[in-house]
Amino acid sequence: MKISARTSEKIAKTLIWTAAVFVLAVLMFIILYILVKGLPVINWGFLTQVPRSMGREGGVSSTIVGTLMVTSVAVLIAAPFGIGTAFYLAEYTKGGFITRVIRFSAESLAGIPSIVYGLFGFIFFVIYLDLGWSVLSGGLTLAFMILPTIIRTSEEAIRSVPKIYREVSFSLSATKTQTIFKVVLPSALRGIANGIILSIGRCIAETAAVMLTAGSALRMSRSLFDPTRTMAVHFYILAVEGISMENAYGTAALLIIIIFLINVVANTLVNRFVR
Amino acid sequence: MPDKFKIEKLSFYFKDKRVINSLDLSIRANEILSVLGPANSGITTLLRTLNRLCDTDHDVRIEGDILMDGKSIFAPDISVTELRRKVGMVFEVPTPLPLSIFDNIAYGLRVGGRIGKKEAAERVEYALRTAALWDEVKDRQHIPAMSLSGGQQQRMCIARVIAMDPQVILIDRSCSGLDPISTAKIEESLSQLKERFTIILAPHNVQQAIRVSDRVAFMLMGSLVEEGTGEKVFGDPDDRRTSDYITGRFG
Repeated sequence: MKISARTSEKIAKTLIWTAAVFVLAVLMFIILYILVKGLPVINWGFLTQVPRSMGREGGVSSTIVGTLMVTSVAVLIAAPFGIGTAFYLAEYTKGGFITRVIRFSAESLAGIPSIVYGLFGFIFFVIYLDLGWSVLSGGLTLAFMILPTIIRTSEEAIRSVPKIYREVSFSLSATKTQTIFKVVLPSALRGIANGIILSIGRCIAETAAVMLTAGSALRMSRSLFDPTRTMAVHFYILAVEGISMENAYGTAALLIIIIFLINVVANTLVNRFVR
Repeated sequence: MPDKFKIEKLSFYFKDKRVINSLDLSIRANEILSVLGPANSGITTLLRTLNRLCDTDHDVRIEGDILMDGKSIFAPDISVTELRRKVGMVFEVPTPLPLSIFDNIAYGLRVGGRIGKKEAAERVEYALRTAALWDEVKDRQHIPAMSLSGGQQQRMCIARVIAMDPQVILIDRSCSGLDPISTAKIEESLSQLKERFTIILAPHNVQQAIRVSDRVAFMLMGSLVEEGTGEKVFGDPDDRRTSDYITGRFG
């Protein structure tokens, strides 16, 4: 059977359209389901009180703080090292042995399941370095987890800056460092920021690795050395141990809202400060 | 006139491919020298060697020497950034950096060291006036340089080099792709620039070479074929290959 070009065009269009609508529908369904189940639970008390009786009552304030602390530590540590490594790979090497080792390591790290990072963090940070279950142990572990993402996205962003910009900068008597800071970094900033936003999302959503390294304390943590519980860990425990499905949905809904807000704020900042 | 540049037996290899072949050429101070030839004659490479921009390319080997004011530009005590400040370059394609017009032109000044706001403004204005662009952009120096037209962008690139107050300006086929009016404006500013700068130009055609330059050099496959005044080289060439080029047998 022969199909005319016009018919095949129509069939292709319909298939692509169906795929897109299906994906969108599934996504919307998940988000809406959680918001519908969770939003009624969220009120001022839920946001400001610490959990009581294992999370059956009270709010989730300490887990919000815990999430923000662990994520901040992870990003503040991983971003400088990751961006620095990306600049080294993109600007300073011609593809020698060390470059290949670094790139291979980064790619291998990217493929490791997060629970393995968790186990490593537990053994190395929690026990060997004796940091205990703490914000610091959790943050450091997550920093290792997101490092490959930051390196890869930053390196891509740096490489996509046109070579001619560098040549123009050199021809105007700039040094390599000046060229990188005045021309390459500003041009690559949007791509680098996207990688960091992606990493923030992964940190916030992580459960296994955080549970093993930051613990699951319900108290409000006051320093980097206190144990803590992140939101994702909190509603995991609430759901798995059958403590309170309502509060689990409430926490999940809050998590979605927070991730959404972080994305909006980050994009606004990037648009404001990046040409 | 003393020699600004003295190129001695310069050969340039990219990997194993010879791009410039034992070139001898002198460039006098305050002259406009046009270097032209068909594509792949090694002209762009020659210009990139004069400000050592070729240092940024990989797998490059250079033989022979280039003397600037009598001193080798490859000498170990030569500062490459200082050399590039003295030998400015305008690229074939107009390339504004993703900055404002003002910041583009002040770029070379700022990387050279601290410079006051007032002095920067004065030097940017001077550069824009010399490149015949001031009247068009004086009220909008802080808009992105990308929003200028192609001809304006190229004059801005010339202004960007002038602002550094160099001794030599290398201009690589900068009028290709520009409309005749922009080309005329650029050629007009060239004749003024000559009083202050030595200009080495890769013109985009023979007519332009004759119009603007004091001397021309004709290159083919990395070798210098002949040099002299424009009228001589293109009116009554000594070498058959030159007359073949003008009459359009190749190139």
